Amino acid sequence: MFRLSEIAIDTAALRAQLARADAGACVTFEGWVRDRNGGKAVRGLAYQSYAELAEREGRRIVEEARERFAIAAALCVHRVGELAVGELAVWVGVSAGHRDAAFAACRYIIDEVKRRVPIWKNERYADGASGWLHPDDTPVA
Amino acid sequence: MNYRLLYFASLRDAAGVAEERVQSAARDPRALYAEQAARHGFAFAPARLRVAVNGAFTGWDHALADGDEVAFLPPVSGG
Repeated sequence: MFRLSEIAIDTAALRAQLARADAGACVTFEGWVRDRNGGKAVRGLAYQSYAELAEREGRRIVEEARERFAIAAALCVHRVGELAVGELAVWVGVSAGHRDAAFAACRYIIDEVKRRVPIWKNERYADGASGWLHPDDTPVA
Repeated sequence: MNYRLLYFASLRDAAGVAEERVQSAARDPRALYAEQAARHGFAFAPARLRVAVNGAFTGWDHALADGDEVAFLPPVSGG
């Protein structure tokens, strides 16, 4: 499962959804809004998405993880809208019989989400400027 | 043909709108992007963008149909 959320992510509820009797491992990843990027002080950010395609591509990535790794369940939720420093921006959780598959699948999902899902970050800087990040990671005003 | 164009992130800022309907003689996303890039002053070369038609990723030479929804997607920065 992959979805976008306009409100704070309830990690306890998500974690509970990963529970399986045959799962001996659970790996979760939390991406947080950091107070600086490339030497610039960041006050907050806003995520914009192409929601229809983002959810479709995100679900595809989670399915790929299920095919590639011996896991029991996998979930990913990504925030959209305005976020403050310290807020949870993205959450990935994987349960599996054993930890190797859980770690690998969790890493796969966050890496592919960052690379492929149509979500864009606009950082607001302490000096009043703001800009879209379009990796090679240079902001585009 | 008539197309509905969607813009995101810096392309949305450059276009000044999130979406627009255009009439165009372009028959594939490559020609359509060239047209819109000239009109709006988009800075991205097509090689840095991906294109989606009707909510699915596709290629720049995809044959467009009247009424298609076309999105030019800048490099993403989620996570």
